[in-house]
Amino acid sequence: MIALDCPMPKLDFDVITLGHGSGGVLTNKLLKSGVFDLLKNPLLDTHHDGAVFELNGKTAFSTDSYVISPIFFPGGNIGELAINGTVNDLAMCGAQPKYLSLSFIIEEGLKMTEFWEVLVSIKKAADTAGVQIVTGDTKVVEKGKGDKLFINTAGVGQLMSKANIDMNQVKPGDKVIVSDSIANHGIAVMSIREGLEFETSILSDTRPLNGIVGKLIEEFGYDIHLLRDATRGGVASVLNEIAQDAQVGIEILQKHTPVDPEVEGACEMLGLDPLYVANEGVFMIIADAQIADDIVQMLRTFEGSKKATILGEIVEGHKRQVILQSAIGGKRVLNMLVGEQLPRIC
Amino acid sequence: MKFLSEYRNPEIVHQYIDELHKITTKEWTIMEVCGGQTHSLVKNGILNILPDKINMVHGPGCPVCVTPLNLIDKAVHLAEDKGVILCSYGDMIRVPGSKKSLLEAKATGADIRIMYSPLEAIKIARENPDKEVVFFAVGFETTAPANALSIIHAEREGLTNYSVLASHVLVPPAIEAVMNDSDTQIQGFLAAGHVCTIMGTGEYEPLAQKYNIPIVVTGFEPVDLLQGILMTVRQLENGEARLENQYARVVRPEGNPAAIEMLNRVFQMEDREWRGLGTIPNSGWNIRTELEAYNADIKFNVNILKVPECADCIAGQVLKGIKKPFECSQFGTNCTPEKPLGAPMVSSEGACAAYYHYSNAGDEVNA
Repeated sequence: MIALDCPMPKLDFDVITLGHGSGGVLTNKLLKSGVFDLLKNPLLDTHHDGAVFELNGKTAFSTDSYVISPIFFPGGNIGELAINGTVNDLAMCGAQPKYLSLSFIIEEGLKMTEFWEVLVSIKKAADTAGVQIVTGDTKVVEKGKGDKLFINTAGVGQLMSKANIDMNQVKPGDKVIVSDSIANHGIAVMSIREGLEFETSILSDTRPLNGIVGKLIEEFGYDIHLLRDATRGGVASVLNEIAQDAQVGIEILQKHTPVDPEVEGACEMLGLDPLYVANEGVFMIIADAQIADDIVQMLRTFEGSKKATILGEIVEGHKRQVILQSAIGGKRVLNMLVGEQLPRIC
Repeated sequence: MKFLSEYRNPEIVHQYIDELHKITTKEWTIMEVCGGQTHSLVKNGILNILPDKINMVHGPGCPVCVTPLNLIDKAVHLAEDKGVILCSYGDMIRVPGSKKSLLEAKATGADIRIMYSPLEAIKIARENPDKEVVFFAVGFETTAPANALSIIHAEREGLTNYSVLASHVLVPPAIEAVMNDSDTQIQGFLAAGHVCTIMGTGEYEPLAQKYNIPIVVTGFEPVDLLQGILMTVRQLENGEARLENQYARVVRPEGNPAAIEMLNRVFQMEDREWRGLGTIPNSGWNIRTELEAYNADIKFNVNILKVPECADCIAGQVLKGIKKPFECSQFGTNCTPEKPLGAPMVSSEGACAAYYHYSNAGDEVNA
């Protein structure tokens, strides 16, 4: 569905072809058809090979590629995912994202209406997150050499002065907080995959986290030791990375894991563990135990982190291992995901 | 979630644990037949809250694990034919064949589709009349009805480009194979709840009598498993050996007559080779002779040389409950889910995978 407030300009082509990536007349036509107008800002308007700007102080820099299939899914599309994903990676560094690059790899035959819908949501996501797209690129590949549309974004952001995000800060006694109910994105995408379709009202949780993170760091700065978004591999994989990189043990309680009932039902049906399912708007916070409850209280005042909860804690024992206490009181190791639980979900 | 949370209730679980502690006076070795039960035991941490005297060993009830190497080689061979779309349950994709897995074949261009239901494969056959669509039908009595239904649909629609590479295996002959092994130490069985949902419980009473062993048809949630274990131990402590049904909310004595009728229409019994266990008489189903147009084995006449199993893999002993996964010298070192030597390490129901995923590789499950 095309957003009514950003109608697609009238064009003399309906689908994108190889010529639109050639760098010649057609490329120019595609970009000037509305791409530049839609994403307009002084840095982009120079139409130069790159953007030139000044940055002060410590700067975070991140990049990510988006190959999700299908490109439209319940609750979002590849465009806003590509903006939110890089915005969130910068936020997890303790930075306020500022400028993004945006590159498309388009498979020939993509409908212009679909491309426009993606562009409009890119624009909206960038506005919501308060970032500017200042440089970009467009390539078109032959039919069968891509999967409709791939996007790469990279971004820079200024480190917040009170940020103290550092793996070395993680210490036994710290609490592990999860920002919201998990597994919605992965299940939303799964529900429309070819051969698996099932009816559900579950939506992807894709959203920018820089607003919430900015407020948390402003309030609790030094006592927030680590932030990680729980995207690919889900909460379990992120916790394993933290346990290994910080050389600590982690214990979590299954009964504290926030999972919406409908998501839980879908996971049961598909034989998936929600702890391994991807999220796009959920993050983990490792923070000093004394402020953990305050963080949870603050998170719950924001839309998008209403189900925040303390999931567990960092412990002295079983270094490099995550142990889950099951709902019935048994314990088991929560390992890294081997292979893929779902194919290509982010 | 209703109908689920009741069976994961910690209070009821602990009542059963307390009761088990009270009544258990001797050491007992009990086999859970189904891989789904194995995973639930390990995933929920039940093994480390059971009384020490109760030794749970894991049975052959993982269809992926017992599928012979030769059949995977056949599936890979078919998938690599440019005119074929091979459809499979996800579990089979990473199981190693003698040269490669289906996943590796997919990476090099074979058209392999992963699905939850064979009826999806029928849809693909309908939409691709210029291609041959083959469904790789593996499973116990539980998955067989859906696979049978796909053949009935294909016949009804007159689809000539759909066939099934079938390797169905049956639980009762596997229980007999376990009990006939002179090394077996099994004293009681938790029978597979979902297999009995289809087939009923009639086949198990004679087994309980023949081998003088308690058999309790059991479900998969923590409360089910603990109740099943409790019922088995109670029989053992009382010197009884009979069939009981813990999973009565799902399993009826007569099973599912409609499904059984469909199975009889499509399949016939045959001797079947089980990976790691060898050939067991009358232990598998294949497509009936009159429906052989839907039998991929006959349709494509795939002759693949049999290759011996990996000598270092002790899958056979693990599947018969003689050894635990961590007693294998290769476990967690040369054999991991990324680079498996045998199927029990990759299948979602495989005992080796359960121990690897939910425990410290190389250690017993004791978090």
